[in-house]
Formats: sequence, C-alpha cells, structure tokens
Amino acid sequence: MARFGRIIVGLVAIVIVVGIGFWAWASEPAIDPVSRPAAGQFSKASIAKGAELAALGNCQACHTRPNGKAYAGGYPVETPFGTIYGSNITPDPDTGIGKWSEAAFRRSMHEGLRRDGGHLYPAFPYTHFTKVSDADIKDIYAFLMTRPAVHNTVPSPDLPFPLDIRMVMAGWNLLFFHEGRYQPDGSQNAAWNHGAYIAEGLGHCAACHVPMNMFGAEKTDKGYAGGNAAGWHAPALDKSSPSPVGWTKDELAGYLRGDMTPHHGVAAGPMADVTKVLAEVPHADVEALSTYILSKGATKPADARKAAIADAGKKSFQVTTAQKANFKGSAKDGEAIFAGACASCHFDGGSQPFYRPVDLSLSSAVNAPNATNLVQIITHGVKPAAGGSGPIMPGFGDVLTDDQTASLVGYVRKHFTGKPAWDHVDKAISTSKETAGQ
Amino acid sequence: MTIRGDRGFSRRSFLKGSGLVVSFALLPGVAFAQDKTDGPKGPPFGDMKSTPYLDSWIGIDESGKVTIFSGKAELGQGIMTALMQCAAEQLAVTPDQVRMEMASTASTPDEGYTAGSNSMAGSGTAILNAAAQMRTILIGWAADDLGVDKTTLHAENGVVKGDGGKSRAYGDIVKGRSLHVEADGTSDLIPPDRYKVMGKNHPRLDIPAKLTGAPIYVQDMRPDGMLHARVVRPPSYTSTLQSVDTAAVSKMPGVVKVVHEGDYLAVVAKGEYQAIVALRALQEAAKWQTPKALPKESTIYDMLKSMKTDDSVIDKRGDGTLPEGRPVVSATYRRPYMMHGAIGPSCAVAEFTNGKLTVWTHSQGVFPLRKTLADMLSMPLDAIDCIQVEGSGCYGHNGADDVAADAAIIARAMPDKPIRVQWMREDEHGWEPYGSPMIAEAKGTLDDDGRISGWNYELWSMTFSTRPGGSANNLMPAWYLPKKFGPPKGGQIPLPGGGGDRNAIPTYDLANTHVLYHYIDGPMPIRISALRSLGGYLNTFAVESFMDEMALAAKTDPVAFRLKHVKDPRARDVIEMAAGKFGWKKAEKLPPYRGRGFAYVRYETVKAYCALAVEIEVDPVSGQIRVRRAVAAIDSGNAVNPNGIQNQIEGCIIQATSWSLHERVAFTETEIMSRDWSSYPILRFDGVPDSVEVHVIDRPGAPFLGTGEAGMGPTPAAIANALYDATGLRMRDLPFHAEAVRTAMLGPDAKTKA
Amino acid sequence: MITLTVNGKTHQAESDPTTPLLYVLRDEMKLNGAKYGCGLGQCGSCTVLLEDKPVFSCQIPISVLEGRKVTTLEGLGTIDEPGRVQKAFIDEQAAQCGYCIAGMIMRSEGLLRRNAFPSDAEIRDWMQPNLCRCGTHSRILKAVRRAANAESGA
Repeated sequence: MARFGRIIVGLVAIVIVVGIGFWAWASEPAIDPVSRPAAGQFSKASIAKGAELAALGNCQACHTRPNGKAYAGGYPVETPFGTIYGSNITPDPDTGIGKWSEAAFRRSMHEGLRRDGGHLYPAFPYTHFTKVSDADIKDIYAFLMTRPAVHNTVPSPDLPFPLDIRMVMAGWNLLFFHEGRYQPDGSQNAAWNHGAYIAEGLGHCAACHVPMNMFGAEKTDKGYAGGNAAGWHAPALDKSSPSPVGWTKDELAGYLRGDMTPHHGVAAGPMADVTKVLAEVPHADVEALSTYILSKGATKPADARKAAIADAGKKSFQVTTAQKANFKGSAKDGEAIFAGACASCHFDGGSQPFYRPVDLSLSSAVNAPNATNLVQIITHGVKPAAGGSGPIMPGFGDVLTDDQTASLVGYVRKHFTGKPAWDHVDKAISTSKETAGQ
Repeated sequence: MTIRGDRGFSRRSFLKGSGLVVSFALLPGVAFAQDKTDGPKGPPFGDMKSTPYLDSWIGIDESGKVTIFSGKAELGQGIMTALMQCAAEQLAVTPDQVRMEMASTASTPDEGYTAGSNSMAGSGTAILNAAAQMRTILIGWAADDLGVDKTTLHAENGVVKGDGGKSRAYGDIVKGRSLHVEADGTSDLIPPDRYKVMGKNHPRLDIPAKLTGAPIYVQDMRPDGMLHARVVRPPSYTSTLQSVDTAAVSKMPGVVKVVHEGDYLAVVAKGEYQAIVALRALQEAAKWQTPKALPKESTIYDMLKSMKTDDSVIDKRGDGTLPEGRPVVSATYRRPYMMHGAIGPSCAVAEFTNGKLTVWTHSQGVFPLRKTLADMLSMPLDAIDCIQVEGSGCYGHNGADDVAADAAIIARAMPDKPIRVQWMREDEHGWEPYGSPMIAEAKGTLDDDGRISGWNYELWSMTFSTRPGGSANNLMPAWYLPKKFGPPKGGQIPLPGGGGDRNAIPTYDLANTHVLYHYIDGPMPIRISALRSLGGYLNTFAVESFMDEMALAAKTDPVAFRLKHVKDPRARDVIEMAAGKFGWKKAEKLPPYRGRGFAYVRYETVKAYCALAVEIEVDPVSGQIRVRRAVAAIDSGNAVNPNGIQNQIEGCIIQATSWSLHERVAFTETEIMSRDWSSYPILRFDGVPDSVEVHVIDRPGAPFLGTGEAGMGPTPAAIANALYDATGLRMRDLPFHAEAVRTAMLGPDAKTKA
Repeated sequence: MITLTVNGKTHQAESDPTTPLLYVLRDEMKLNGAKYGCGLGQCGSCTVLLEDKPVFSCQIPISVLEGRKVTTLEGLGTIDEPGRVQKAFIDEQAAQCGYCIAGMIMRSEGLLRRNAFPSDAEIRDWMQPNLCRCGTHSRILKAVRRAANAESGA
C-alpha cells in the first residue's frame, strides 16, 4: 500500500512538473478588449459580403439555439465526448464578441483561441477556418459586428475530465491542427480552387463527410469517404458515393441550393440547413463548390447513368398493383405498408402532377451503406424551411412500430435496390426514435 | 375612354356627404335605406327588392317553429347565425325557435352569389325587415282572434300578449292563414335599445356540430347507393387527349365505370380509395398533348402592360393633373397570381333520376350554377335543383362550381346513382381560378401645408369575375366535353364594388385626383376569377403604402397624415380606435429589426370602415417577416354578432398575412407548378402573430355594411409600412418573401438600425 | 380481414389491408371527424390519435393497426357532452369554416395527453403540422391554452 502510495505521489509530481511546462507552452496571451465598433465604420459592401460568407460557413446553425435569436449562441453541439454549446457571436460586450477586435476575431478563426487566450474546442472548426483569408474574415467581422447585440450567456461545455480543461486542446492541436491559409493548387483551374477554398475552409464539408478518428479529428487520409452528423449518415462524396446515377455539376449545384433534383431528391437532416444557407450565396460560389466536390469522384459515366435510370424505372412501385400487394395477413408486411403509407407519393405515374419524390431506386439513403438515413427520414419525415417551398413528408415514427418500420425498411431496400439487407436496422430505429426530428 | 365614376350615384358626392350614413344611426326604428337604386319591384330592403313576398323569407308552422329562408350560403363566415339573430329579434322569438334554411334552388329566395361582403346588406336587411313586418302582421291577426285593439298587444318569445293575461302563440295564429303577403314599404323595427339577440355575441349555430363530427359538409354526404368518382384532369388547360386504354382500369377492384366523353375522363368506383387507386392508373393510361400556352412566370407584369385594355377614368376630382413645380412622389406596386387554397378540396354529390338532376354543392351561388348546368347539359332549368351544403371555406370562386359540374356530368352518365366527386389536392391547387396579377402606379404631390395636392393613380388588371352566370364556358369541366365549351368569359363589375378597380379610388378627402383603370379585356392565359376582396387587396396595399410614402415626404406621422385627409367621423373613429388601442402615439422606440405600420380602408369605398396597426419583426439572417401584434378597428354598421365580426377580421388579418408573406402561384409555359402545400406554402403556426385584437365599433340601427373582406387590403400595407419602419426598406412587390427581404436588407437602401 | 379498434369499438374492415385508415373511417364506419385534405401528409385535416399520438390517417394502411387503439373526433365527446378540447374550442368560437378544426382538436388532444402544462411556445410548435386557411389560428391557440388551463385548474 505504501509502495503504491509512493508511486501515486511520484506520478502526481510528474504530472505537476509536466503540467507546468505544458501550461507555459500552451498558454496564449489575451488580446485587449475594445469598445464595440460603430456600425458606420463598416462599408455596406463589406457587410453584404460578410453575410454571404457567414452563410457559406453556416455559422448560424451552431451559433443559434432553436427558436433563439440569431447568432446569440446556445445551440447544443453533440459530440462523441459530450455537449458543447455554440457561443454567442453577437456584438454584446458581456456575453458576445462585442469587445473583440478584428485581430482577436481573426485569431479565433485562424488559431482556435478566444480573445482571452483560452482554447476553443474543435467542434468550432478552426481546423478549417484557418484556411480563410484575412480579407474574408474582415467582412465576416463587419457582418457580425453589425448584427443586433443579444445578451445571452451560453452554458459551459458538458465534457468529462480531462476534456473540460480547455488547455488540453493545445495537445490536440499539436497532433491534429495545421495552421495556415489556403494555398491554391496550380494544377487546377480557378473554379476548382475557389471551390476548394470554400469546401476546405469556411464550408468545412469534411467536418461531417470525412470519417473521424477516436480523438474526434478527421481521418484526412480517408478523403471524403463519409461520416456522421447529428445522428445522420453524411454520405461519401468520393467515388464510393452511394448514388447509383452519380452526380453532375448542375445536379450537385442545384441540390446544394436546396432544389428538388429529379435523381437525388432534396437534402434532409442536417444537410437541409446547409442547403438553406447555400441558397443565399452567389450561384458562382455554389458552382465552384460543386466543381471541387465532384473532382473527388462522385460522378458516373453517361452510359452507367442511363442504365441506372432505366433500371430504376423498372423497379418503380406500380400503383395499379397496390391493392393486390402480396399481403400475407401480417402487420409486418413491408409491401403492404408501403402501398398504404408511402405510395400516395412514391408511385409510378406518368401524369402524376405534384412535386415528384425521388425515385427510391436512385436515392442515396436507400443505397447507403447503412440504414441510418432511411430510418431517420421514415421516422421524422422531411419538411422545408419555415415559409419555404419544398417537399413535405410526414414522419412515421408514431405510426409504425419498430417491427413495422424494420419490415418497411427491409422491403424498400430489397425492392428498390436489390442490395443486401442492412445490419443493425433495429438499432438505427431505436436510436432514431429517441432523437427529435429535424 | 369612358367616365364610369358617375354611374348609378355620384361617388364624390357620397364621399362629401358621408354624414348621410350617420344620420340613419340617429333615427332608430326607421326603415333601412340600404339601397338607393331603383329595385325591380319589392320594397327597398336588401334582397327583398327581387323577392317581395314575406313567406319567401319566413315560414311558421302550427307548432310555432319558425323557418328562415336565406338565399345566402353559410361558408364558415357565420352568416347563418347573424341572420338568425336578425330574425329572432325582429320576430320576437327565441333563437332556439328558429331553424335556418340556406341557399337552395328548391326552397330559398334567389339572392345571387354569397360574395363581396354583401350578405348582411342583402339578406340581413331583407330578413330583418321581413321579420319585423311579419311580427306586425301576427300581432294584427292576434288582435282579430282575441277581439282586442292591436295597439294593446305586443310579441314576446313567439307569443302575442296583451292586457289581462290574454295571449296567443304564433303557431295558433298562423293556423289556416297564408303567410303569402307582399311586403310593405315600411317596417316597425324593434329599436336597438330593446335588442335582446342582435348586438350580442351569440354562439355560432354551426360550430358544435362541426366540432363533434356531425355530417355537416357536402364531403360527409352518404346517400344510399352512393358511388365515388374521380376525374382525370389534363396536364394543362389546353391539353388534348391523344389516347387512353380504359380496359385495364375498368377491371380494377371496385371500379364500376370509366366515363369517357371527348377529352373528359373520369372513373367511378364503389369505395373512395378504390376510386383514387383507379384514378392513378387511369392517369397513367391517358396520353395527352400539351401545347406551350402559359406565359413565362417571370414576364407576367410585362404581359399585363402589353395586353389590350379598356380604359376608363374612374375618379376625377379637381382638374386631375399633378400641380407643376412640386416634387413628385411615385411608386409602383404589384401582386402576382394567388390562389384560394381551400383546405378541403372541392366536392359535390349529384343524382340524375327520371330526367331530373339534383346537385348538392358548396357553390356560392346555387341559382347561377343551376342556370349554367342547364346550359352545359342542355336541360330545362326546372329539371335541375342545386342545394347548398357547406364545404371547406372558399374565399371566392374556387373549384366548388366546377366539381358540381363534374358530378352532374358523371351522374348523367350513370343515372339513378348518387355520385360523389371529390377533387384531389392537386386538382384544387392546379385548377381553381386564381386571383389576377395587378400593377398599380401612384404619383402624388404635396402642398406647402403637407397636404396632398395631386393624386394620380393608374392600374392594370384582368377580370375578377369568371363565375358561372349562365354560360357553360365558365365551368371548367365543360371545356373537355365533346361540345368543347370555352374559353371562359370575364367581365367588369360595376363600381362602387368594382373588380380590379375595387378600392382604387382613395377614400380620403382629396381635392385633385385622377384614377385611370386599364381593364385588360384580352384572353386569360391562366384561369382567374374572384378571390377574396378582388382588386381591393392590391389597391389598398398600394394606396395605403403610398399614403405612408407621402407622409414620409410630408415629414408627418402616418396616422396623423391620414387623419389630416379624412373628415368622415366614422373613418376617423376606426383610425383613432386602432391607433389608440395599439398605443401608436405613446409607443416607445422599438429594438432593431422591429417596426410598426398602419393602414386604413373604407371597403369598396361605401362599405365597412377598417383600420389596422401591426408590429412586425424581421429575422436579420433569413429576412423572414413575422407579425408580432395586430390591432384592428372595424365599423360594419349595426353589429349583429360582434364576436362573428371579430372572427372574420382576425381571419382576414391572418389570411392576408399568409398571402403577403408567402403566396405566389408558380407555373411553367406548359403547366401550373403550385400543386400542393409543398409547392404553394402558406402560413403555419410559427408565423401567427402573438396577438390579434379586433375592436368592433357598433352603430346600432345603422345599415349593415358587411365585414368578411374588409381586413384583407389593409394587412399587406400595414406590414409593408412596418417593414419600412423596421429597416428603411420599401417593399412594393407582393409577396414579401424572406429571400427578397434579405436581399434588400443587404442592399444600399436599408438603414442599419443595429 | 383487419380488426380495427376505433373509439373503443372493434370493427372488421372490409377494405383491402393497404387502404389508408381515413377511407375506412369515412366509408365503412361513417365517421366524419377525420377529413380528406391532401392525402399527402401535408395539412393535418385527417389527424386522429393512434394510441395517444396524433397521426395523419390518410397515410396509415389499416394493415398496421391490428391491436392498436385509434381515437377520432367522435371519440372525444358528443354535441351534448363535448370533450375538454372540443368544449374549449366551442367556448373560444375557434372555427370559421371548421374543416381543419377536427384535425386541430385531435392534435391538441395529443399534446395535452403528453404534456398537461404546455407553454405557449410548445403549443405553437406542436400545432405546426396542421394547416388552417380561414386564419382561425389565434383562436385555436387560445382554445388549446383554455383546454390546458381547464385541465390544470389554472
């Protein structure tokens, strides 16, 4: 026991010594507070550009709580380690960034540090924002500093020891953070480079679409092989894209702007928020983004596209057969459920006049490597942004039992793709039903 | 060019002499001089002019039960309850002694359409007077029966009473007597100070049944042997049917018949869902050819200005030109195609038996519908009956008449079976007649006192009436019959009501005005007709936005500026009431992105007075506007059911908020794209104001001015004026989509209020 | 043949098992409460309770309903004895044409069964799936508030 005690004391001593050294190394200086700049000091053009850039970064998604004031923070970002609350980035001097100089704001974006020198958690994607140019950061600053100031104190992160010590992030940064502005690739054209600048910088696409390692850092060697976002599967954007037709530039640009695209449908889940803001930015930005993302390989040759579309046509649900669906007298008959619950919209009808849903054979969710997104959509449905137009699908979470949902998922997967059944459908269903809808 | 302004009666003299109306309020008990025009025969009591016999309006059976017949339709606006209150009051019976029978060619007077906020003036005035006269007659008969002088008698709760406990119940009085009595020119009205039923918040008669699932709606009808039908609508108006193989569909479960006449295609089945499944299959089987016949959506305003017009100056005061040498304020306001969007798609039941057709319909005009069905089917008028049964709220000419035509066509093809036709959601969205797009251009000048010295207003609009009034061209299903009726014909609606020009004439005391109406008399590439408040929505938006723009130029508070230009005490009362209850003057400064706005209208220039103040907020990120608070004041004349008036104006404010923030019909050159609620979104609960207050100014004994549409026009104007207050942005194109507001907020005109 | 349990009574449905509940309620059981509005799950006119949760009856095949309890507007009360939410709607005169109101009442009932003390924001949020065209929304919100207050004795 005594020996054990000595080891503990020794270890504590080492931790203290190392800790002091680490503290000395990891400490960053505070930047002096300023009084909130007057609105008149920013040009209209700069504010307007900043608005577009803030949209590209989807800032308000994590910096606005549901039904809360814009940019006033409080949105709970669920991470594998705990919950972090988006900060208040309105120009409120006490609870927001009203005392932040442009230099302090720039440092937060480029280095992941608060004005007082404290470390930010990488749930705030400074790992990407470090690539953003000084000029763009200046405009974002102009935009944010001219928003209404909202007094709102955001809860502290809910993280376990030792992650609740912000300074630990200095170590994380050492391992996973590479500071530096975007460097254009001379072998690519201007559109590609602009797209890459957006995607890898403000757009932080990789935060969801790249798999993460056990430390919550992106596995950069895996490319855009697909990841997770708020309980949804973020599909692969590289050649392992689940879409049987692949993407064209126009399709992807339209999809990113929130359009209903014939072979891909409309974005759902957290991506729906992204498309909502991308609808607000110049088309050229979204087209550049599409150019860059498509260079990762989610395209298909024309003949493969044609074949996939033709094949989908054959698998469409024929409404004429709806009433003779092979009902076996079981409430778990997936085809019967489909006929009564889904086929009012998802059926093959040449003259069907309303917003046509995507052919399920072509849907990424149905072709995905796991059941997550299909289950999420069935459970929670799809709805457009408030006041906006776009497809509406009711959620069936309160309609179908878990068994019935599993049968429906099994039927849809089999009938529309012919691919092997998914594993862990039950788990996906119970997880989805526990979470609130989008 | 013609001058239409002075036809019928002089509007300008009316405006000047608006004290005339108030004088009625000072003379309780005097007959309502609602209509100044010469009636065809009967006394001047609303629709009694054309239906002068009392038994057309009132029946009393030997048990004393009273039936009131109104040719107006209950549309959810509460008219049935208000009419009952008029009848019960003046006939001196209790509400539960009265049964209401509404709009039926088989039993009620022909009162035309239930539209234009006319029902209280038309039917209410008629029933009020008919009931008063009937009471007088009953008292006279009771005097004969009792052998006493009639002046010693009075009526109470359905009994005529006299001195010494003498009494005689109505049921006994009418025994062996005929109520077929022609109405008199005067009525002994119960005066307002003795009202027991009128002027009170009587609960709506229809609500409990609606809220507990009674079979109230035409959708709920299930006569024995009824079959369900669905119609295959073409992809677009001018599509033609190339081919259809109906064999497979005919054999589907439950299918009884496929109706195929010319380009008209429908399916009849035993079960409703069987009909829907068969419809989908039949849609798949039908091959259509569709020409590019619709305009490009982005060019509709150019289209309006390029079409042939019939021009008329509808208002000219002074020399009608803008004074020279003064700064001119000018602005252009526009509205797109918009739809009624009933929550329940249109429905009708029809039965054709022994050469006689009966149609149960939620049409707003059963008599005109009957006439038009007769034309479509080449049937004599007396072989058809149209009986109104409530449907979902319509807000104007929607699919109600068309689906009645569908039911009639299919019933004739399948005699002796009641046929229920229920439109699908996409039928209602895609095929109802929309409200016409419009443009209004306003120019104005101020004098040195900040008073309007010149007012020049021009507007462009297509028709607001293609209702079926006798010609089958105006029933859409008839376009596809072998006889190929169509295209529909529209027309102008005379002022003061007006169509596109409704409320184009400012209801302010202006000395120098010129209002020019360019009525577009050309073809209608997209189907249009009457949509709640017609042109009044755009014109009031334009006039009341422009009043704010002029107030700004005059550096005057918008409410004070309005009061400076209106002398009519009733107008001033609603303006002051709305402003006062809202707290317009003492209102403290609002936080950024919040603003207040005001608007006023006298509906149709001669009807209800309505003023509205709103407070809005704008989401600085998305540009989405939300109305936080709305306070309205309404003077509809003698308020029969104040709660009913409040309900209607609350509805106006919320529905017009939806129109103004969200609504625009989308289309391509071949088809309508707004086919459901996902492609034509309307207001949901997240956009509903935190509070909507409506203050009713009652004018006991004054003529009924109507209510149902008065709040529509002020709403977009009050919102636009509030948006200006919040952001410095002047939105002149409806709707104020979030995207447009957001773009404008980042543009050079916005003032940074942060 | 599917056995349905609606408003506490069982019913042997003759319709095909893929038939959505709405049409069986209206056609076979002659119940008027659930209304056809869109058939697409966009408007809420057809709302009924499945167990205690509001669902769109236009998109529920009866095949999934064996052994589960369905409640329609008729199951909440009658014209003489209206249920708590029906009564609150009548008291507020919360209807114009009334076509959407049956669905509104069912959705409100679902809220109060789950949360007897909803905040105003929770009520508004909960009602979001249901559409009204007459603009009766503010009365509907007041009626739900009134029903909740009556329930809690507030």
